[in-house]
Amino acid sequence: MLSRYRIILPVVSLAVLLAATFYMQPRAMSYFGLNLLFNLAVPIALATIAQMMIIMVNDIDLSLGAFVSLAACITATYLNDTPLLGVLILLGLVASYALMGAVIHTLDLPAIVVTLGMSFVWGGLALFILPTPGGAAPGWIRTLMTVKPALVPMAVLAAVLIALVTHLLVIRSRLGTVLRGVGGNARSIARAGWNVTVLKATAYGLAGLFGVLAGMALVGLTTSADANIALRYTLLSIAGVILGGGEFIGGKVSPVGAVIGALTLTLAASFLSFLRLSPDWQIGAQGAILILVLTARLLFSRRGAAA
Amino acid sequence: MTMSVKPWVWAWLAAAQAFAATLVLTSGRGAGELAYAALSFGAFAAIVGMGQMLVITLGPGNVDLSIPATMTLAGTLALKVMGSDPGTAWLGLIVALGVGLAVGCANFALIWLLRLPPIIATLAASLVYQSVAIWSNRGLRIKPPEGLADFATGRLLGVPNVAWVTLVLAIVVWVLLERAVWGRWLLAAGQNLRAARLAGVPVQAVRAATYVAVAVFASLAGYLLSSFSGGAALNMGAEYLLMSIAVVVIGGSSIAGGNSNVPGVIGASLFMFLVVSMLNSYGAGAGVKSVLTGAIIIAIVIAASTRRPRA
Repeated sequence: MLSRYRIILPVVSLAVLLAATFYMQPRAMSYFGLNLLFNLAVPIALATIAQMMIIMVNDIDLSLGAFVSLAACITATYLNDTPLLGVLILLGLVASYALMGAVIHTLDLPAIVVTLGMSFVWGGLALFILPTPGGAAPGWIRTLMTVKPALVPMAVLAAVLIALVTHLLVIRSRLGTVLRGVGGNARSIARAGWNVTVLKATAYGLAGLFGVLAGMALVGLTTSADANIALRYTLLSIAGVILGGGEFIGGKVSPVGAVIGALTLTLAASFLSFLRLSPDWQIGAQGAILILVLTARLLFSRRGAAA
Repeated sequence: MTMSVKPWVWAWLAAAQAFAATLVLTSGRGAGELAYAALSFGAFAAIVGMGQMLVITLGPGNVDLSIPATMTLAGTLALKVMGSDPGTAWLGLIVALGVGLAVGCANFALIWLLRLPPIIATLAASLVYQSVAIWSNRGLRIKPPEGLADFATGRLLGVPNVAWVTLVLAIVVWVLLERAVWGRWLLAAGQNLRAARLAGVPVQAVRAATYVAVAVFASLAGYLLSSFSGGAALNMGAEYLLMSIAVVVIGGSSIAGGNSNVPGVIGASLFMFLVVSMLNSYGAGAGVKSVLTGAIIIAIVIAASTRRPRA
């Protein structure tokens, strides 16, 4: 019952915002317009999914922005110049994320602090690779991110695809169910014979995978990278997960909601630029929209939950 | 199992080690200058760190992500009101503290009335504060009044004035936590909110006071920092977001809430500055410096977790 409510709010807020945008700027209601509006949504959606994997197991990742920046830097340098080495490094990043999850669980460390420390590590490595902005996007990623499919813009298609795949993975699959169970009650999952360390490492590994994909997608759009390119993704991704109906504890997450949350955040930025709001207030208005949408969440949670 | 060593000792030991490692390189020269710089810069981290510590003590999920925006807003507005005119330092301070009070109330209103998770509430609200700061700053760089700038960069008995301010504040916080009923309430709420409520602790009042306190601390730090560095800058608070959380944890407070530790926060603030200056004097580049800082934070957290008695 509650899970059905969970998805209504993100959908409604995206629809309202989209309608308001079309009202402000009717020309946005086109293939080209939609592409512009949601252009940057793909990397943000991937990063939001990555954050969701961590929130799913009751942790929070404060290093995601730095990690996506690092992945972007590697994509723009090694993956472009020496593809094989680049792939190996990116796989290494995913593995190190999984290792981070295992260490956090085995030593019973607070994830918020470990990821905080790791954000310095990722940021330092990114600076090491690209001390000044530069690099170039590998041609195939560039082609993939700028492809123009018939009827539906690439960004929208990609968002649907990401939502579908992660929905199948997290909600439908056996693995996803157990992973959500870790967030719900790790002890009973352990009693049921699962190795929670392995499960946490899997969740973190998936987060690393989606983080790397976010970095690659970002470079495909921007064509070059710098060490600070995605730092704001840390907060954006947390906001996206919550906006999408996820909760910080209990393994209650919604991949479809998270993707919609990311789209809503992207759209909010575009919407505000249509409003001709003074640039001074752009950020503030984004915060206000965030508060507004979350306030609406109250109505649903009151009705949905008995408490 | 009794804890023979207080948890804050480790932060101070680590700070002393970083201090010594730097001096080994310079073969003892510049010890006074290094200590002075550590006290000056550590003071700002300690002030926001103590605020963050109080919030984190409230229990899981409680953290204030609006500290940087609050610092910037308080510094900006205070300098704007003072307008470099002499004799306006107190007016500026009142404005800055007023900003802190308002921000704290707004944050708690979002958390309490709208029932938002504190992480999201303070994050979203910080965007608004940042906007107000951008709007009122408009790229101007107003200098602080001369007397105030002299105070912020000055020293008394060889110790920076900002360090004295921090010390006074630390004593107040320590007394509140260890000797006053409010501290007991805060710890009780952090350990078990429901149990505290049933025991008659006014938990919402405690939470409100805590969120106001962190904002007031952040605004005080913003006021001092902008006087110290000759003007407010829009990004002046940026590094204090992660810093404030890091010093709390390195200082030995539990991230899960329910305990807190004032001396540890101060030791950790000194440590964070000393580590960076140590890496600087060893000629580490920006990238290496950042990687090592992160590695050290994680190493300390791991060391702290293996030391603590398992429940």
